[in-house]
Amino acid sequence: MTLQEWFFTALALVGTVAALRLVTAKNVVHAALYLVVTLAAVAAVYLLLAAEFVAWVQVLIYVGAIVVLLLFGLMLTRAPIGLEVLDNQQRGSSAIVAGGILAGLTILLWDAFEGAEIELTVSTTADVGDNLFRSYILPFEVVSFLLLAALVGAIVLARREEG
Amino acid sequence: MIRLAFPLLFSAALFAIGVYGVLARRNGVLVLMSIELMLNAVNVNLVAFNQFLTDPVFTGQIFTLFVITVAAAEVGIGLAIVILIYRNRQTINVDEVNLLKW
Repeated sequence: MTLQEWFFTALALVGTVAALRLVTAKNVVHAALYLVVTLAAVAAVYLLLAAEFVAWVQVLIYVGAIVVLLLFGLMLTRAPIGLEVLDNQQRGSSAIVAGGILAGLTILLWDAFEGAEIELTVSTTADVGDNLFRSYILPFEVVSFLLLAALVGAIVLARREEG
Repeated sequence: MIRLAFPLLFSAALFAIGVYGVLARRNGVLVLMSIELMLNAVNVNLVAFNQFLTDPVFTGQIFTLFVITVAAAEVGIGLAIVILIYRNRQTINVDEVNLLKW
């Protein structure tokens, strides 16, 4: 194993363990904090894969915005503490389904990409931005319109009715 | 140099954990968090394959940016719906919300 693979393994372990704690946490706020750890580990994985712009966007949007939004959601909806009230009765069958997906994906991926190697080439923010505004300008505009629509929709849904 | 299987297996693990969370949790906000886990798994895959194929126009990374944007929109709408349900029913357990169930 190369040095990068050792670092990757460490980061992936941190992210996976935090994700496991997220889906088994007894307290919803702890779950949100474990989500922060997982998202930060994923951002570090992006950095390790030499995709710096995506890594900083991950930190800004996910860790900065989405987690804060989720924490506000938790704050406005009082949630009880305890595994029995947060989980439904299908924990066993859910674990079987998830384990089946993991096993199937592992076998398929290992079979398909066993010897493949990533030759890391650094992609700078300038390169990504250049291509974003040259080759993908129409999807970019569509996504900005989608964000506007989502914003208006969220305000309309969450606004308290007057009278 | 990283073998491609490393990020792919990491993303498979994240996806499986997200599936477990969506199926086993009944709190609406926790279900949304598990969906975020699955979207992150997809993003890891996209970036890994972008670097593996050395795409000259960075399709994988730019698609990752779009996925992150759509995830932000989805969380905004989802939380608005969750808060609306909480206001009307004093619960956000997804198995007690059966308004559209026939």
